[in-house]
This record gives sequence, structure tokens and C-alpha cells, in this order.
Amino acid sequence: MATRAAVLPRPLAARGSLRREQTLWAYVFLLPWIIGLLVFVLGPILFSLGLSFFTYTLGREATFAGLDNWLKAFTQDELFWPSVGRTVLYTAVVVPLSVFGALLVAMLLNQRLRATTVYRTLFFMPHLVPLVASAFIWLWLLSPQYGALNEFIWQIGLRLTGSGIKGPGWFSDPAWAMPALMAVALWSAVGGNMMVIFLAGLQGIPQELYEAAAIDGAGAWSRFRHVTLPMISPTLFFNSVLACILAFQVFDVPFIATRGGPAYATWLYGLHIYRTSFEFFDMGYGSTLAWISFVLLSVFTYVQFRSARSWVYYAGEAR
Amino acid sequence: MTTHSLIRFGRRFGLHAIAIALAIVLMLPFYWALISSLKQMNEVRQIPLVWWPSVPQWINYRDVWNVRFFPNWVGNSIFLTLVATTGTVVSSSLAGYAFARFSFPGKNLLFSVTLATLMLPAYVLLIPNYMLFWKLGWLNTYLPLTVPFWFGQAFFIFLFRQFFMTIPTELDDAARIDGASYPRIFWSIMLPLCAPVYAAAAIIEGINQWNSFLRPLIILNRPENFPLSVGIRYFVVNPGDNLPKDHLLMAAAVMMTLPVIILFFLGQRAFLRGVVMSGIKG
Repeated sequence: MATRAAVLPRPLAARGSLRREQTLWAYVFLLPWIIGLLVFVLGPILFSLGLSFFTYTLGREATFAGLDNWLKAFTQDELFWPSVGRTVLYTAVVVPLSVFGALLVAMLLNQRLRATTVYRTLFFMPHLVPLVASAFIWLWLLSPQYGALNEFIWQIGLRLTGSGIKGPGWFSDPAWAMPALMAVALWSAVGGNMMVIFLAGLQGIPQELYEAAAIDGAGAWSRFRHVTLPMISPTLFFNSVLACILAFQVFDVPFIATRGGPAYATWLYGLHIYRTSFEFFDMGYGSTLAWISFVLLSVFTYVQFRSARSWVYYAGEAR
Repeated sequence: MTTHSLIRFGRRFGLHAIAIALAIVLMLPFYWALISSLKQMNEVRQIPLVWWPSVPQWINYRDVWNVRFFPNWVGNSIFLTLVATTGTVVSSSLAGYAFARFSFPGKNLLFSVTLATLMLPAYVLLIPNYMLFWKLGWLNTYLPLTVPFWFGQAFFIFLFRQFFMTIPTELDDAARIDGASYPRIFWSIMLPLCAPVYAAAAIIEGINQWNSFLRPLIILNRPENFPLSVGIRYFVVNPGDNLPKDHLLMAAAVMMTLPVIILFFLGQRAFLRGVVMSGIKG
């Protein structure tokens, strides 16, 4: 570097020393993050990949196991496939409903109604309730005997048919525990971060586009389909990708509300990893399970990014 | 009134009706928790439902506070939230500044890797990190819940970078000509101009830390050291007698939620702006 700078004309040489100084300072500012990235992220990822090929219980001797852990997951572990299936189902229901629910709520708030700020704050509240606390609140609300919702259902039956209707057992009924979990997730998501991001996206759509569409005689649906949707597609994409990654890892609410029960009805993938790793301390197999979810999510995210090319429209980008 | 303005009025009215209905549905669980927390023991499970307690029992909150370790849990949560949040904000803003303002070899690669870590499922890191803490003898201490947060988090690095990019570089250049060093520019130009993003990051991460559950759950095992999120489970796990405790549980849930809501109202504007910025493509 030094010799090359010497033969360059003066301004360029000055630029070279500026570049060196910038590089030096950049790495000084980045030092904590680079250490963190290596010690707490990249190192651990590789380590857990390696660990997935060993039989290792915390504090015991590790023995090389080849592909045993991976085969065990796919062929022997009776809880593996059902927990994957449940988690996929949970994600497939919660993500579209919460993403489109959030979009609808954002569109409602984008109508320039009076008191929009008040509505936005109220809609946002559920998102602020800590998941642990919301698990308690919903356990109480959905309690089969004393819960407010079942009493409400009972009363409706009484008014309509003259005899009360017995509500479902919710978290204590294998058929209803998953829908209850999904309801909690939707409750906290439709007015939350995603909605706020959508709202900002909607507010960024130039009003002329709607006016032009109206002049062309486009109705409400047509304006949504041909103006709103394309203009909001980058935000839609961002929200969907992150929502999938988060939904697949769901843990707090099922762990507190059902502990995976009743009869394994809510035994989701996160709970399976948790019990394997931190109740049985089977770190080798736990790492395998974690890596399987990593691979699954990576493939799925990649597919989403590929398909995005055909439906995500970036205004200002030449096409 | 003309037909046109009548239609307009009808439309407004309909939209308000939808918004109010939605607000009620979303707030009901909230209201029910609050009202249950103020009931007497014999009202809690009373049917037909008691929509307003005959005499609000504020004493329930004192009873919860008097549960063994409850004040510890609150104190622990506050401590952990403050230390981890400060660490995240400081370390992430430094990295965000470097990505926003400097050109250096390896920048694109490092930034891509940083963004990619956003997509990592937490479980891949949880097990090896747990083993690292175990090897270091850090289990059952607060070190795993604080130290790693002083080394940056990808989400916040991205957030800070996005914000720093919006500050005109002319300011830096002028300061450079006046002979200011980079740390000085960061400290006396960027920091004051970027107060909103610091507020946003601090609130978002503060809420995350206050709510954090899985990490403290696996790291800590002495009840007196728990944060509130983990300790609060003891109301359910250890019922003691068979008397209904739903009113106390709801009081505890409300007490856990309250600081989050207060924090949100204090920094609502900055917070929402931060959330919005996180959704803007880089």
C-alpha cells in the first residue's frame, strides 16, 4: 500500500491515507460486533452442526455417532414428525391470517378517520402485553368452567334457543388447544408491529395513483388489487418472511398455557427442542433438531425470496 | 343533505363502527384481566359474570407484592433490562455507525452476514451458547443474560445504520475539515442528531428484555434470582391451597404488563418510528 501510494499523484495518495484511516476506525467501531458475531453466533452455529454428529449429554463423555441423530429424528423419534406437522399447521394458519389481518387493520387506519391515533394505540395494546402475561390472561379467559368466553357462549345459547350452549374445553381439549393458541397469536399480532409497518407503507403510496385509477373507472377492489397490493408488496414480503420465521419458533405461550398438552396436541417443535436439550440435556440430539429447523427455514426463506421476484414490485426500480 | 354527502357520512359511520368493534374485541381480554385483578376471592369465579367488582380490591396488588420473592423478581427484571438494553444500544450503534459512514474492505460481506443472522432460528444458537456458559461456569449467574448483549445485535445494527444514512454527510465533512476525529464526530454530531433512533432502540429492546422468557428459564434455577417473566409462573406451578387465585394471577399479569405500557406511552412516537424503519428495505 505504502509504495503504491508513493507513485500516485498527490490527491489520490491523500485519498489512500484517508482510506486507511477509515478502515482502521471502521474496525474499531465494529470490534464489539465482530467479536460477538464470532463468539456468540458464527462459532456456535458451526459448533452445533458438529455436535449434531455426536451422542452427547451435558457433562458426560461425547461419542461420535455419525448420522445416528439425524436418522433418529426422521425414523425413530415418534414425536418428531407430528411436532413438525403441528408447527407447519400453526405457521400456515397464523401467518396468513395475521399478515392479512394486519394489512386490513392498517387499511382501516389509513382512511383518515378522526381519532385514528386513539384507534392505533388501542389496536396496538395487545402486542404490548408480555407473552407470558398474555398466556395467563387467556388461560383465565378460556377456562372451561369459570372462563368469561364460555359463560358468554352459554348466555348466547340461552337467549337464542332457551338452553345454554356448553363451550369447548379450549386449552384442556386436544381438539381445541391449537385453535386457542392460534387465537392468542392473532390477538397480539393484528394490531402490532406488522400493522404499523403496513400503515407506513400505505401512507407512502402516492395519492395520484388512486386518482388516476378512479378516473379510469376502477372500483374499490380493482384499486386494491392493482394499486395498493403492488405498491405494498415489499412490505408484505418483509412481514411474511419474518412472521414465518417467528411463528415456526413459537414457544412462550404453549410452554406456559399447555406445556405441549393435552395428549401432545400442542407439542410444537420449539417445545420438542426445549425438552430434548434443557430437560434431558441431550445436547447432541437437541443440536440436530435445531439444525433441522434451521435447514427447513432456510429452504423455505429461499423459496420465498425466489418467488418474490414474480410478485414483489419495487417502485423506482427499472424492470 | 345531498345524496353524496349522505353516502360519505354513511361510509364514515360504518368505518368508525368497524374500528370501535375491533377495538372492543382487542381490548376485552385486557379489561377482563384488569377487572378480575380487582375482585374479591368469592367474586372471581362468580356466575353470572361480574363486570364491575362491588368494592375494587387494590389490596390484591399488595398481596401479590407480598408473595415471597416477588419484589426480588421485579428488581431482577429491572436490573437485567437496564444492563442488557444499554449494552445493545451502545454496541449496536457503534457498528451501525461504521456500516453507515465508512468504506472499508470486507464491508459488503460483513453487512450481508449481519443481515443473514436476522433469519437464524434462535434454537441453533441456544444450545451451543448454553454449553459455552456452562464451560465458563456462568450458569445461574446474570452474566449470560447481560454480557452477550454488549456485543451487538443484528436487528439494531441494521436499525441504526438505516437512521445514520439519513443524516447528511456534509456535517461529518465539515467537522473533518475542522480536524475532528471520528469518535468525536460520532459523539458530538451523530449522537445528538440521532436521539430519536436511540430512544426507539432503547424502548424496543427494553420491552424485549423485560419480556424475555426462554433464556432466563434455561440459565437460572434459583427462584430468588428469577426475572419476573420466569418467576410469575410460580403462581400457577405452586398453587399451595385450593382457593381460587385467578384474581392474584391477573394482578401479577397486570403488574408485569404495566411497565411495558408506560414505556410505550413515554416514547410512542420514537418507538413507532423505529418499528417502521425496521421494515424499510436497506
